[in-house]
Amino acid sequence: MRKLALGLLVVTLWTACKLNSNDKKVLPIYGNRKPITKTVDGKSVTDTLYQTISKFKTINQYGDSISNKSLDGNIYVADFFFTTCPSICPIMHRNMLSVYNAFKSTGDFKIISYTIDPKHDSVPVLKKYADKLGVTGKTWWFLQGKKDSIYKLSESYLVRKPEEDAKQQFIHDGSFLLVDKQKRVRGAYDGTDPKQVEQLIADIKELQNEPDQVIAQ
Amino acid sequence: MKLKVIGFISAIVILFIVSCESEQTIEFKRYYSAGVEVYQSHCQNCHGANGEGLSSLIPPLTDSVYLKNNKAALPCFIKSGLKGAITIKGKTFDDTMPANELTSMEVAQVLTYISNSFGNKLNTIDIQQVEHDLGSCK
Repeated sequence: MRKLALGLLVVTLWTACKLNSNDKKVLPIYGNRKPITKTVDGKSVTDTLYQTISKFKTINQYGDSISNKSLDGNIYVADFFFTTCPSICPIMHRNMLSVYNAFKSTGDFKIISYTIDPKHDSVPVLKKYADKLGVTGKTWWFLQGKKDSIYKLSESYLVRKPEEDAKQQFIHDGSFLLVDKQKRVRGAYDGTDPKQVEQLIADIKELQNEPDQVIAQ
Repeated sequence: MKLKVIGFISAIVILFIVSCESEQTIEFKRYYSAGVEVYQSHCQNCHGANGEGLSSLIPPLTDSVYLKNNKAALPCFIKSGLKGAITIKGKTFDDTMPANELTSMEVAQVLTYISNSFGNKLNTIDIQQVEHDLGSCK
């Protein structure tokens, strides 16, 4: 009887280890998708068309024009914020600093923070904010664009559209969105939760190792 | 048997010591533990779980000397917010702190918590003190 129990234990442990080693996680691809049929070498092939981030035009904290094209060949994390936000933004950016510090010397990685209060958050205001946060270089961009188009753009990141309440306070989503080199959303994390941000850092490393991400430029 | 008696007596002695905590200590604990919750829901997002602040944007709450020197003004800072430059631990901070809608009791509780956490060690800041200080806000 005892031998049987021991045998069972060994089998259980072995299976557990095996399961773990086979459990190669692939990050999901979020958003709508539709099949497309195209002709390759005279044969018709059906492929999947994934939802991607829409085009946008903004200016960063250095006064440089930044569009969706500026992010080509980069894995990036995006969020929506404003510099005078008293509620969740400080904690979001305290957490984003860990992401920044983990990847600031990685060439093909970016963080972009769109302001949802472009009227107040001008280029000099964003620059000052970045300086005070301790952000230098080209890894983390703070972006100012037209308010309407930024609000509209939030839809393609699959987050709650920002809005202003009766007191003209901005209401927005505290998510961090992980976007791959094909501009598809691959993860959404609560930017106010340090545990989820740790997961984000792990997932970025995971994504960097995907064959599609290594090749794509 | 002897052991049991000794055990019983020492238990009673311990009980006495514990229950003989001074009125002051009990009051401190009451303010402090309520202050934890006020801090978490009103202060922590910006000032951090350990009062560490955020880079040069939000000052840390670890400057005991500043807290001591500005003790009477602290309730005003919390209630009406803070504008203009201040120097904390040798660093200048000039962003705006928003006003907070807190009762005098909550202000006293959170101040007791802050000034006895993060390496600070001041006395209990009670509601009488806070109401007195609020009366002379600039």
